[in-house]
Amino acid sequence: MSAPAGATAGSTAAVSSADGSLGQVPGTLQQALLLSRYQFRDYLRSRRFILMMGIVAVVGAILTSIVAYYRPAALIDNANDFFGGLWAGGATFLILFAGIIFGGDAIAGEFQNKTGYFLMGLPVKRTTVYAGKYLAVLAASIVAMVVYLVILMGNAVFYLGGNAFSDLPALLASIGLALLYLLALMGFVFLFSSLFKTSLYAVLVVAVMFLFGFSIIQDVIVALAHTEPWFMLTYADGVIAYPLTGVPEHIGRVVGPGGGSSTVYNPTYLEGIVVMLGYFVGTTLGGLLLFEREQFT
Amino acid sequence: MAPSLEAVGLTKRFGTFTALDHLNLKVEGSKCVGFLGPNGAGKTTTLKMFTDLIFPSEGEAFINGVSVQVDRKRALSSCGDLIETPEIYSSLTPREALEMSGALRGMSADEIRDRTAQVIDEVKMTEWADHKVGRFSKGMKQRINIAAALLSDPEVVILDEPSTGLDPRGMAEVRSIVRGLKRDGRLIFMSSHILSEVVDVCDEVALLDRGKLLFYDSLENVSHRLGADTRTVEAEFSAALDDSAVGPIATLPGVKSCTRLAPNRLSLGVQGGPAEQSKLLEAIAARHLGLVSFHEARSALEEVYLREISVGDA
Repeated sequence: MSAPAGATAGSTAAVSSADGSLGQVPGTLQQALLLSRYQFRDYLRSRRFILMMGIVAVVGAILTSIVAYYRPAALIDNANDFFGGLWAGGATFLILFAGIIFGGDAIAGEFQNKTGYFLMGLPVKRTTVYAGKYLAVLAASIVAMVVYLVILMGNAVFYLGGNAFSDLPALLASIGLALLYLLALMGFVFLFSSLFKTSLYAVLVVAVMFLFGFSIIQDVIVALAHTEPWFMLTYADGVIAYPLTGVPEHIGRVVGPGGGSSTVYNPTYLEGIVVMLGYFVGTTLGGLLLFEREQFT
Repeated sequence: MAPSLEAVGLTKRFGTFTALDHLNLKVEGSKCVGFLGPNGAGKTTTLKMFTDLIFPSEGEAFINGVSVQVDRKRALSSCGDLIETPEIYSSLTPREALEMSGALRGMSADEIRDRTAQVIDEVKMTEWADHKVGRFSKGMKQRINIAAALLSDPEVVILDEPSTGLDPRGMAEVRSIVRGLKRDGRLIFMSSHILSEVVDVCDEVALLDRGKLLFYDSLENVSHRLGADTRTVEAEFSAALDDSAVGPIATLPGVKSCTRLAPNRLSLGVQGGPAEQSKLLEAIAARHLGLVSFHEARSALEEVYLREISVGDA
């Protein structure tokens, strides 16, 4: 090997804490917020956002039509029954779709689509990119939830008039729990998105697990192990409806048509909130750890 | 402090395959350094470690003395880079993408606005500045990526085959842009396997093959490396030459080989440098055979490149 001219073929290590200047480079949080703003703008203009809005519109239209046609007394009797029947179930469904549509490829897409090469060449920490994308996905999902909520509120005002918001604190509490579920689910989605470098795998795994996998596991645990599946996110999300519907019996028995009975479990508030928080913290940190170690090969 | 890039024992292994083997290289000062090597030599692997896209198996990479592996944010704050062909979020416009890039670098709104207009103009994308990137061709995207790398007027610019994906006109424009980037206080480190591009814009070259640094030298010194080696010269004539004309040329002083490339074109192996070539040119011209052109078939860099790489192959 020839000796370099005009420069040394570095046998001396540079000092890593030398006076390289950060200049005015913003802090991690500020960068994350900046990044999320542009990512959110990208989402708002994307086909996936139109798809998500389409799903919200279809769900809203179906519910509106059903209520208009059947006018079920159990729903249109009071505000809590109305929102308890339509908000909680619809919200968890929409949050799942928002997770799949916005979050599934959030990290995997950075590798697959090579957008990561643009971002990671900037003076940003990987944590910044992860947090920025997480915030953008949350924001886009919240927009979808708000639109769904507005559709329900329109219906509520139509059927209940001035009584539509007679128990606003209960509705707000339920919305708060739905947001906690959103945080937890997105943490989970980001974990899988960080695990794969191919968006399709991440999306498929999340969709299959949440649409079928968890339900099956939950049923098996209850039926065969006779154990409360308190650790399942899809079980914990049951608390979203509680502020509106009231808290059901934690462990109950249901008698079937043949006279046989089975045990029914319902999460307590504490279980639901702690499990959702646990999923949020655990999966978000896990996903971040994976992303920190992933390489753009 | 002069801008610098330094690799210290930089090594990258993928399983049992060593892509980069203990690279020790320090480039420093206001200059443009070409990072050469055949496909798979380890050029992009090196640049990816300089930008923390991949992590070294051993060693460290430093930008302006700051370890990329220890503090990527600080290290990259004075560096603009273009690795492979990055994609920009498809629903953003070039102006928005550059705004984002500038904001993340901490540039003020005024700076971002002015510099965005300037760099977009430099890469000749002004009329596309407010169109969504998703509709752009690969070449157009690459221009925007170059603009993004230059946005903050960085001290260190790392370019990984910047003319990739561009048409001949685009390639010429990129060369012109890179030449225009050379200024006091800026170090440009550019990988390429297009030797003419390197000769055109670089001051120094580092040659890498199979993960090992073969040499790092100035372009000027590269021709000295050839020394009294044989260079290949092509001579073209206005009409076909018969054997009675070719024979005497093959025996002229300094001619080590003579091959007919076409009825009117010869490839001559010539011992020596420009002085010997000049004498040979005069001797052939004196024979009045209708000589219309006489030039080196390959640049000195190309000769050295092929020689060094073939040594590696052997």
